[in-house]
Amino acid sequence: MIWQVEFIILFLVIICGIAALWVKDLLSAAILFGAYSFMMCILWAVMGAVDVAFTEASVGAGVSTIFFVAAVFRTSRRTKD
Amino acid sequence: MDDMIAIILSKYNYWTVITLMMIGLYAMIVKNNLIKKIIGMNIFQTSIILFYVSMGMKKDATIPILEHHPGMQEHVYHAADYINPLPHVLMLTAIVVSVATLGVALSLALKVYDQYGTLEEDEINAKIRKASVKS
Amino acid sequence: MKLIGMISIFWLFIVLVYGTSDFSAWGDPESPCNLHVSNYYIEHAMSDTSVPNIVTAILADYRGFDTMFETAVIFSAGIACFFLLRRPKYDAPEAVVFRHIQTGITLRIEKGGRLPKESDEFERIDTQWVPYDLVIQVTSRILVPFIQLFALYVVAHGHHSPGGGFQGGVIFGAAIILFAVSNTLRKTTHRVSEKRSAVLCAIGVLIYAGTGVCCLLAGGNFLDYSALSGLLGVDPVTARSHGIMMVEMGVGLAVTMVMIWIYYNLSSAGKQHEGL
Repeated sequence: MIWQVEFIILFLVIICGIAALWVKDLLSAAILFGAYSFMMCILWAVMGAVDVAFTEASVGAGVSTIFFVAAVFRTSRRTKD
Repeated sequence: MDDMIAIILSKYNYWTVITLMMIGLYAMIVKNNLIKKIIGMNIFQTSIILFYVSMGMKKDATIPILEHHPGMQEHVYHAADYINPLPHVLMLTAIVVSVATLGVALSLALKVYDQYGTLEEDEINAKIRKASVKS
Repeated sequence: MKLIGMISIFWLFIVLVYGTSDFSAWGDPESPCNLHVSNYYIEHAMSDTSVPNIVTAILADYRGFDTMFETAVIFSAGIACFFLLRRPKYDAPEAVVFRHIQTGITLRIEKGGRLPKESDEFERIDTQWVPYDLVIQVTSRILVPFIQLFALYVVAHGHHSPGGGFQGGVIFGAAIILFAVSNTLRKTTHRVSEKRSAVLCAIGVLIYAGTGVCCLLAGGNFLDYSALSGLLGVDPVTARSHGIMMVEMGVGLAVTMVMIWIYYNLSSAGKQHEGL
């Protein structure tokens, strides 16, 4: 655990989280949410929770992004906020 | 000054957790689009998981996989050498349950879109109000 | 609404940050949550179960009852998606589109029309058809078996390295979802039908509960795998290791099939005749 690395990743996590809620295109929001999940996964790997990081890498960055894309594909892509 | 830095270094992780939690809560309260609300809910969930994982952290300890090789049968393991595995177990199942609940939430959003033709909350409210006035 | 939300969240933030002043410092080995029962797990996991990965040992053995109901929650989420979205079969599509492969002519057959016979000359395509991308199809066809093999490795090697039933199951489901995304949904449902996925995920939960019942019948407590030592013909410690393996396979099966099932229903909005 190196605190500089962790500091940078924590910052990136917050940036990705805000960006996922900021963008007006729901497909981009889904992909940014995948990036958020992957940053979170790196953070947990740095903290030594390897099993949790592995689960998040397969679930958060893999399957839940696909679920979001499928739901956006079946509904509308644009949003007002 | 040194006290201040010590406090920041020992607490900044919790502050990040609270920031993420507030971002998620803000999205759930204020955002108008249902998919955005679901993304906010997921951010809230991951912040809770991050909180648990940082609770189980130990300084100068290694990952919770025990060192083992033949000829180590009589070895005594010390708890201070390994990171606390209990929060990891609780959170591992929570992540998989969160993706299952995400599926349910998205199918509810799909159902709402089928019924009202939009995902914006204010438009849905207007349509419900119009329908109730008519009847 | 925006202002009220902003103010309430700001106040909650202040209160929670004030609350962290009572927390023990980050990474403190002496903090209350790092004492008590978790130390017992670390010190005794190897001698009790002979599983070096403590997370797997706690997940499937010490707290096995907990994990059983987590699996049941995932199963019921799959059922909830099915009941929310699935349209019945007799709700036939408006029009079906076929494509003549040699000439590239598309035929649009309205509801009630006569469909062409099953042959190599015609193939059914989606109404919003995008020409097949050869690169994506070939690449994913090569990738899918390796992803599946890796998933099986993750399940089987969960005792000694990070991994286990949940991770392996999700990766296996992701491999089939990749196939469904790169090809069509119909091709995938032809290979893993919806009925089969539903039955198999119920069987996964049943394997988990059945292992517990086997322990009960062998004279131990529910999910106390050391009672299986007579049945498996090994000493009690190895029996616990084998019991964890059986349970992990049940979890993996249930999670795989639930992921596929939810994807089928979400991507086709319940109609299941054309997807992403």
